[in-house]
Amino acid sequence: MSLNRRELLGGAAALTAASLLPRVAMAGDVIKLGSILDTSGPFDAYGKPMDQAMRLAVQEINAAGGLLGKQVEVTAYDTQSDMALYSQYGQQLTRQDKVDVVHGGILSASREAIRQTMRKTKTLYFYNVLYEGGVCDRNIFINGVTPAQQVEALVPYAMKKSGPKVYILAADYNYGQITSRWIQKFVAENGGEVVGNDFFPLDVSDFGSTIAKIQGVGPDLVIAPLVGGAHLSFFRQWAASGMKDKIALASTTLGVGNEQKVLTPEEGDGIMVAYNYSQQLDTPENKAFKTAWAAAYGSSDNIHETAVSTYQGVKTWAKAVEMAGSMDRDAIIAALESGISIDGPGGKITVDPKTHHAVLDVHLMEFENQEMKVIETLPQRQPIDTQAVCDLASNPNDNTQYEL
Amino acid sequence: MDLSFVFLVEVLYAVATLVVISAGLAVVFGMMKVINLAHGEFMMMGGYATITAVNLGVNVFVAMLVIAPLVVGLIGLVVERLVIRHLYGRLVDTMLATWGLSLFFVGMATMIFGNTTTGISTPIPGFAVGDYQINGYNFFIIVVAVALLVLLFAVLRGTRAGLIARGAMQRSDMAAALGYSPDRIYMATFFCGSALSGLAGAIVAPLVGLVPTSGINYIAKSFITVVAGGPSLIAGLVSSATSFGVVNQVFAFAVSPIMGDVALLVTAVILLRLMPQGITSRFFKGKL
Amino acid sequence: MQTPVSKDILTTLVVSAILIWLAPYVIGTYTLTVLIIYGMLGLSLGLIWGFGGILCFGQGAFFGLGAYTYAIAAINFGESTLPMVLAVLVPATFALLLGAMMFYGRLTDVYLGVITLVVTLILFKFINSTAGPQYVIGKARLGGYNGIPGFQTLNVPGNPDAYIWGDAYYYFCAVALVIVFLLVTFLLRSSFGRIAVGIRENEVRIALMGYDVAARKTVLFGIGAAIAGLAGALFANWGEIVTPTLFNMPQSAEIIIWCIVGGLGTRLGPILGAAGLAYMKFLLGQQSTIDNTLITGLILVLFVLFLPKGVVPAFSGLWKISFGRRGFGKMHDTRRKRRARHG
Repeated sequence: MSLNRRELLGGAAALTAASLLPRVAMAGDVIKLGSILDTSGPFDAYGKPMDQAMRLAVQEINAAGGLLGKQVEVTAYDTQSDMALYSQYGQQLTRQDKVDVVHGGILSASREAIRQTMRKTKTLYFYNVLYEGGVCDRNIFINGVTPAQQVEALVPYAMKKSGPKVYILAADYNYGQITSRWIQKFVAENGGEVVGNDFFPLDVSDFGSTIAKIQGVGPDLVIAPLVGGAHLSFFRQWAASGMKDKIALASTTLGVGNEQKVLTPEEGDGIMVAYNYSQQLDTPENKAFKTAWAAAYGSSDNIHETAVSTYQGVKTWAKAVEMAGSMDRDAIIAALESGISIDGPGGKITVDPKTHHAVLDVHLMEFENQEMKVIETLPQRQPIDTQAVCDLASNPNDNTQYEL
Repeated sequence: MDLSFVFLVEVLYAVATLVVISAGLAVVFGMMKVINLAHGEFMMMGGYATITAVNLGVNVFVAMLVIAPLVVGLIGLVVERLVIRHLYGRLVDTMLATWGLSLFFVGMATMIFGNTTTGISTPIPGFAVGDYQINGYNFFIIVVAVALLVLLFAVLRGTRAGLIARGAMQRSDMAAALGYSPDRIYMATFFCGSALSGLAGAIVAPLVGLVPTSGINYIAKSFITVVAGGPSLIAGLVSSATSFGVVNQVFAFAVSPIMGDVALLVTAVILLRLMPQGITSRFFKGKL
Repeated sequence: MQTPVSKDILTTLVVSAILIWLAPYVIGTYTLTVLIIYGMLGLSLGLIWGFGGILCFGQGAFFGLGAYTYAIAAINFGESTLPMVLAVLVPATFALLLGAMMFYGRLTDVYLGVITLVVTLILFKFINSTAGPQYVIGKARLGGYNGIPGFQTLNVPGNPDAYIWGDAYYYFCAVALVIVFLLVTFLLRSSFGRIAVGIRENEVRIALMGYDVAARKTVLFGIGAAIAGLAGALFANWGEIVTPTLFNMPQSAEIIIWCIVGGLGTRLGPILGAAGLAYMKFLLGQQSTIDNTLITGLILVLFVLFLPKGVVPAFSGLWKISFGRRGFGKMHDTRRKRRARHG
């Protein structure tokens, strides 16, 4: 439980200064965007490009004259992959820095750690990550892929290519728990059977006994919503024991952090996934985005799903601010709820007014030679899982995460 | 039948892993009564040494078996000269100082390698037993563990250096009176212990991703294995690694890997409650 | 050598009142609060290790247990008074059971360290794997890795809507620390405290004098856990979330470092060590040229090598030499001479 261990991207300096000075909110000739991401620690593979994407989007906004005639200023905190730091920095962003909007959070655990703080302090919050769905809260906007958009497409495709017996290996926290229930549901609907479901805390890195156990059960397909650096060793050990050519493998998370580039082709080829973005997407928006990214950071190799979501999230927010014409939270929410859409690198993305989730394109992909090859594009999928339980238009005070 | 063979290999592999990751700590503790809490970080550095060497184009086995132990052994030597030798006979103080060192090394590795997971692929392919696939690397670890134990035994039993070391272990004052400088012996022992830690780190590196904080995953397990083993070096190591490895794998298979870890820890508590001085304080007394 | 009790209390009250009043002018109260909480946690280990000679590698476990007990109870009761009490009682009870098992089993030094470490790891592994919906206590989901957010924070007893937070919470924690400090002072002045120090110095001799050493160690261990549990509950209120990292090994490690740096065998040392080091970490976090962990490690090594008594005893020694009077941290000098034996 360190107060903070490494770099704080200058944020902490501002904090100490702020605590020394009388607490006066710096009244606004800039718009303050708060960012809270793990840019170090086991989840930095997700967090670092997200941070870059957020800064790139803000740069572009500022270069085009800012918002409402004001420049956007970033206040960023590195949470070091430590969930306890989220609540701490969440408090600082809202109570001391008094930012206008917060973009960030990676793991579902981190989102839940700060969501209530954002709501209490009436700070508009964007969670730009693929997740397990079901969050129903008027203060939050989510543009990541949900299970109905992703799992519903991935499961039948993977089962068709392999067979009906499915084994699930999931990360042991809210994302993995809820996602594996969705997988079970869709496997059953497609006439399959779940023959095993194991959960792994995020620090588990030895999967030897699990691999042996899976063989004992003998499924046709393994679906792995595993998360973070330690869990990557599952895919290595799976290939090392020669299982890769025997049992098909699909994942709802692998590739989100560009894992296809960390694994060798022998380890990765053939793994099936479904996301909103692939670097191999052949659209003018994606090409332009990759060029801009390369111009800013040298190489566009590290762009990934959640980085694109973050970019799209900031751009969506910016468009809503321009439309609202003020920084008033309710005006911006109203603008977002008008169903605005942008054309991002991952395709057209529209805010769903009822759920504050997103309508977007989903691409079925396979790993091939350290790339994510697009097999099939499913256009404009609705977040029907959340739509089934959440209606913020008729129940704006809802504040629950619905689970399957 | 095939499955039980796979299970057997997994159990052996678990025992072997415990032996490999505890050997360095056991040598230092057994000979010098020093608990090196930077052991996990020595392993971490062994892992980084291997990965760096492999990335520079060195053969992976050379990197694991030669370069990593040498590099970490030398680091251990420096540490012993600068810190540990001032603290002999002060168990708690050495623990705290090596703890500080462990934090220091974590910080150092973070500055050099960054806080990102790195890794290399396993150098040995898997193979089939009947309908089952086995990770070929498991066998490599088992072989290394056996070789390590045989080597330790041979050195301690068969060589003059081993004799002196055993003498110093039992009565360092007598060894000193006979003209063998305990200072030198301790220095050499610490070098060997560190090299073994480096070797262990190198060997587990291809299996798991490596971050600067990886050491913490091993220190607790090896610490427990060594302490539960008790005063005898080899017998203690083997007996406690076997009990913990078996318990761990049985529960990992029957329930989940995490329950395997918990079962291991609970066993440790029970063992120490029954035999407060370790297993070899009651069984295998006087053995190596 | 002992000053009258009344004078001691008076000094404590006056000094701490001044500190509590002045500190917010230097450091923000949000940060100060957590420094105070860490101070209390440091004191809990300082008591059992510095005065009882029990080196516990798992003080973090009691801290975490206090925090979790509070969070779970607060969700179930929707009110904070009873949860605060439970957060002290549950870790204390747990420590009494654990302590009885260890001390009646005559476990000492390294072996004691291993057991406390292992118990901490078990708790961590267990809590960390309770994300599933089946792990529920009353209305509270344990949440595994996610931890437990969104519980009722501290309120005025009997009025669940009157929250104590911000500056008020800072004063609350500060006063709590002063009270705990005074209680520890009384305890150490009592015959129980003096016998505890006796056990630390020579366990066999005290046993031969007819005292039940195991029982006394167990009770002391329990008291330390109670203080750590209280600190944990305060921490839960400060962070508004509890996560399994509270049980983590680095957390327990840090507490030991605080005690060493501050000074063992003093009451003030661990508190100052905790607050000082935590604040230093906070300041170090603002620069990124040198890694923070590296500096913490270096400090620990240097202290063990060159200043093994810690800061407070060293300064009070200096004070004594300069002014010929007793310093404010009472150091039992015999303690250090015997360090090697029971360590």
